[in-house]
Amino acid sequence: MSTVFDVLNLKKAFSGLTVTNDVSLSMAPGDRVALIGPNGAGKTTFVNLVTGNLRPDSGEVRLNGETVTKIDAIGRVRRGLVRSFQVTRLFQEMTPAEHVALAILQRDGRAGKMFGNFLSMPDVMDEAGVLLTKLGLRDLMHRKVSEIAYGQQRLLEIAMALALKPKVLLLDEPAAGVPQSDTGRIEQALADLPADLAVLMIEHDMDLVFRFAKRVIVLAAGTIIFDGSPADVTKDAAVREAYLGSYANASHAA
Amino acid sequence: MNTETVATTARQNRTIGRDLIGIGAIIAAAAIGYLLFPDNLALLTRIIAIALLVLSLDLVTGYCGVATLGHAALFGSGAYAAGIAAAHYGITDPLLMTLAGILCGAIAGLVCGLIILRAHGLPQLVLSISLIYLFHEFANKASSWTGGSDGLSGISPDPLFGRFEFDLWGQTAYVFGVVLLLAVFILLRFLVRSPFGMLCRGIKEDPLRIMAMGASPKIALIKMYVISGAVAGVGGALNAISTQVVGLDSLSFTQSAESLVMLVLGGTGSLFGALTGTVVFMLFEDYVSAANPFHWLTMVGALLIAVVLFAPKGLYGTAAAFVTGRLEKRT
Ligand SMILES: Nc1ncnc2c1ncn2[C@@H]1O[C@H](COP(=O)(O)OP(=O)(O)OP(=O)(O)O)[C@@H](O)[C@H]1O
Ligand SMILES: [Mg+2]
Repeated sequence: MSTVFDVLNLKKAFSGLTVTNDVSLSMAPGDRVALIGPNGAGKTTFVNLVTGNLRPDSGEVRLNGETVTKIDAIGRVRRGLVRSFQVTRLFQEMTPAEHVALAILQRDGRAGKMFGNFLSMPDVMDEAGVLLTKLGLRDLMHRKVSEIAYGQQRLLEIAMALALKPKVLLLDEPAAGVPQSDTGRIEQALADLPADLAVLMIEHDMDLVFRFAKRVIVLAAGTIIFDGSPADVTKDAAVREAYLGSYANASHAA
Repeated sequence: MNTETVATTARQNRTIGRDLIGIGAIIAAAAIGYLLFPDNLALLTRIIAIALLVLSLDLVTGYCGVATLGHAALFGSGAYAAGIAAAHYGITDPLLMTLAGILCGAIAGLVCGLIILRAHGLPQLVLSISLIYLFHEFANKASSWTGGSDGLSGISPDPLFGRFEFDLWGQTAYVFGVVLLLAVFILLRFLVRSPFGMLCRGIKEDPLRIMAMGASPKIALIKMYVISGAVAGVGGALNAISTQVVGLDSLSFTQSAESLVMLVLGGTGSLFGALTGTVVFMLFEDYVSAANPFHWLTMVGALLIAVVLFAPKGLYGTAAAFVTGRLEKRT
């Protein structure tokens, strides 16, 4: 099966500390991959390298077969590589409708329009309405983001990413900071993602990981130590070691 | 019609209502000014010209978050363009002079934008200050064109539409100014509500997030700078047409800094804030400097400190927040 997303031998060090150590992976349309690993393993750095927010020391990133390593972050988004952020980055004074409408307009190359208000663009409003309904944000669509709950803000992050109609979606801890009572909605949103979309999700909540992913990749100290099925990951000795090590450290620190 | 379209229509009607109120307020203020200061229309016209500069500054600073202390470069370029067109090229039609101001203001906006947007924060501020000094020095040295420190004179605009003379009392200039301001205000209301305006507000808050949506903050900001230059250019041209001289002070650091002060006084990120700040600052300055020529600067300083400390959103911003707070409590 042909791949839509390939990472080859990606390397990055911050002043001597190797954070991404020779990471390679490929994804095909429809893949559901979870990237897990202890705190500080380099998961977010990996996303930043792939999206072009950080420059790798060496290695290559390919989208749909095209090498994009020299293309900037904006160019990669336009080619269908979209991410969400570990800590939500939303515009506090804007409404969910405005967020999603802006993303839709941007996707269609209309965000530079200097006349007209998106409220008077029925096609945009309809699409935004459908998307926000799907994520359960319909009733809040004209509230300011600063007035809605964090779990709903996380859903809005996903809605914005989806509005861009990506081919590859990188979700950095979509459920982080969301109260247990609200994770169900996020899980539902993840289950409803378009079938042909390739999704890589970073997540610490193992229940969510096991329900979502068909494939799990474990990153520890910048190196992939496991890449296989969810059923096998808990049995893997190296994975246990890495997690136990980090838990041991954590309990020392506590 | 479903409930969503009804809600959307209601929302649209509300914004259109606000626009009409704004237009009405400008016309009313202009009429009141005319009745209160019939002998000092020159001052009122100058307030309008500076208001255009402050609106222009609001576009890049208030809506996009660009820090600049050199914005008079755009205003001055417009003023000199209109003045030079008339004094050296015999283009004395006021509308063509205004057009010259718009064009050169936009070009100055492009140049300043390309340079200022290369940096962020403090370095950005320093770049903007360097630019205004360069523009000032250039105008000073090119004295055969600009009249140098003596100012550019010999500007005598034709009657507007061939009928309305720019008379000694300044009535024509005042009406011309009010009409220009209204036109700019309406266009800017469209602009700041458009997708582009929304994009710029997003850039101000989090440019990285905008990039993650695939949009280029740089390109949007440069576009905004060009528009801002055109608006400042209208103000500059109006000033050249109404006073019939252009001085180096129109291209000065002081003028740039004062326009920023006016913007902060009224409230950034709102067109009404820019207008309120300009009117209050310039009337206050005029009144206090006449009443107490020795201490007027002290009083202006005290007013500013009071506003920044007690109404950090500016006069208009604070008032608007208060009113919406009240309205929300009632519903
Ligand atoms: N810009 C940077 N400069 C220097 N060091 C960095 C930088 N960004 C990340 N690091 C370091 O790289 C390591 C990996 O960080 P990263 O944020 O990628 O981890 P993570 O796996 O996403 O962790 P978490 O689960 O806590 O989100 C950490 O030790 C971090 O301190
Ligand atoms: Mg992380």
